[in-house]
Amino acid sequence: MRLVASQVGALALRSVTRTARQPASAIPPILFPVSLMLVNAAGLDASTRLPGFPTDSFLAFALAVPFIQGALFSTMNAGTDLARDIQNGFLNRLALTSMRGSALLAGQLGGIVVLGLVQAVVYLVVGLAAGVDFASGPLGVLVLLAFAALVSIGFGALGCFLALRTGSGEAIQGLFPFLFVFLFLSSMNAPRDLIGVDWFRFVATINPVSYLIECVRSLIIVGWDVQAIALGFGFAGAIGLVSLALAAGALKERLART
Amino acid sequence: MRIWDVASGVAFRTLKNVATTPAILIPSIMFPLFFFTAFAGGLSQVSRVPGFDYEPGYTTFQFCFVLIQSAAFGGVFTGFGIARDFESGFARRLLLASPNRTGIVLGYALAAAVRWVFTAIVLTVVALAVGMNVFGGPLDVFGMYALALLINLAGILWASGVAMRFRTMQAGPVMQMPVFLILFVAPVYVPLPLLTGWIEGVATLNPLTYVLEAGRSMLAGDEVHVAWAFSIALGLVGGFALWSLRGLRRAEAAG
Repeated sequence: MRLVASQVGALALRSVTRTARQPASAIPPILFPVSLMLVNAAGLDASTRLPGFPTDSFLAFALAVPFIQGALFSTMNAGTDLARDIQNGFLNRLALTSMRGSALLAGQLGGIVVLGLVQAVVYLVVGLAAGVDFASGPLGVLVLLAFAALVSIGFGALGCFLALRTGSGEAIQGLFPFLFVFLFLSSMNAPRDLIGVDWFRFVATINPVSYLIECVRSLIIVGWDVQAIALGFGFAGAIGLVSLALAAGALKERLART
Repeated sequence: MRIWDVASGVAFRTLKNVATTPAILIPSIMFPLFFFTAFAGGLSQVSRVPGFDYEPGYTTFQFCFVLIQSAAFGGVFTGFGIARDFESGFARRLLLASPNRTGIVLGYALAAAVRWVFTAIVLTVVALAVGMNVFGGPLDVFGMYALALLINLAGILWASGVAMRFRTMQAGPVMQMPVFLILFVAPVYVPLPLLTGWIEGVATLNPLTYVLEAGRSMLAGDEVHVAWAFSIALGLVGGFALWSLRGLRRAEAAG
């Protein structure tokens, strides 16, 4: 047990250090969602005048989006890093050691969770500095950070699965637009009951990303909406479990090939 | 004659690369469609905001933005290819072999235009299929596409200038981010009079605001700022042509 813990610790430290040493990997997941949120919040502020819009501040409404957008970047980071390990033979060398597959995945995801939490704190600080009131209070902030960690694990594991299946960083980058479809076709810019186009509202309703966004959004603008929080954690947990199972299976196959 | 030989050769090679590489071709078509779907579909209720006054409807309102955006990014995406050509060493061989090097820039610009026309056709067909209204006449519609083509040209000239100065794919964000920012600080979601706060001031100063408003007005058959928008677009093309040609000279000097 202690051996596995030390393996996880070493690989997590390597993952964090590697991300920190690559500003091109660490900075865009933080800056890009924040700038997009600020621009969208300014441009869409008029939509808070729609009857039934849940808040009078679009920034408070939009603040949930960077959390999920940042998690999508986690998928790319986790996937690209692991794909690079496969391409440069690091995984093959690890396979010759006593390292356990679970330690590799946990270590990789440990680094992603750290990045996810740093991102979440930055988004929170930006939101608070811009005058957003956090309706669920300090305890809600803690719940939000726990949720950010869970979502990072889920999307990070998905990135690991894609990397283990394809073994190519370029393929991971190429999949990025397709992951973004889930964000675009969600309730990111409007509450689902205010989406006027029927098919879009249907797609947003069956899209799990809508529930991830609505969980964060409820903590910010509503307070303690148990249903939204339960759905958010439920979907995040389910994504995490499925992704981890897929990643573990793909890792077993990848290690058997080496 | 020599300039055309070089330009057509570079354009043909660039287009062949795009057409035979799905990883390059698909995102440049899919991204505008994603944006169009997300904005026109997810935000359609924004047209009910008091003071929103655009007769053809929100789908048409967003179509114009996404068309201009696809034009600008069509140029930027082609710029990524130029950077890749420098990284792989192909561009250096091209510089050595070309009897007229200005033709290289012209060739990339030609390829960007053809590539964008393909994207614009797909986008227009999808927009018409989901109920976009066009109230402007044929001349208005032609004017809007001509305006977008000039933005495409400005986009590739900007991106090629960056690519030829940095000569690495790592310059991608330098090509992309300013274009992204200038597009999104225009009146993307609502008309200019409905913007408030800092973005109202920035959008008023943003030259692309007038290009966007002119394009939308032409689709509505109620033209505003058209001469001003064409002057801005031509000014951008002229300025970035100089930027690009000076970048070419830098690349030549770097050897």
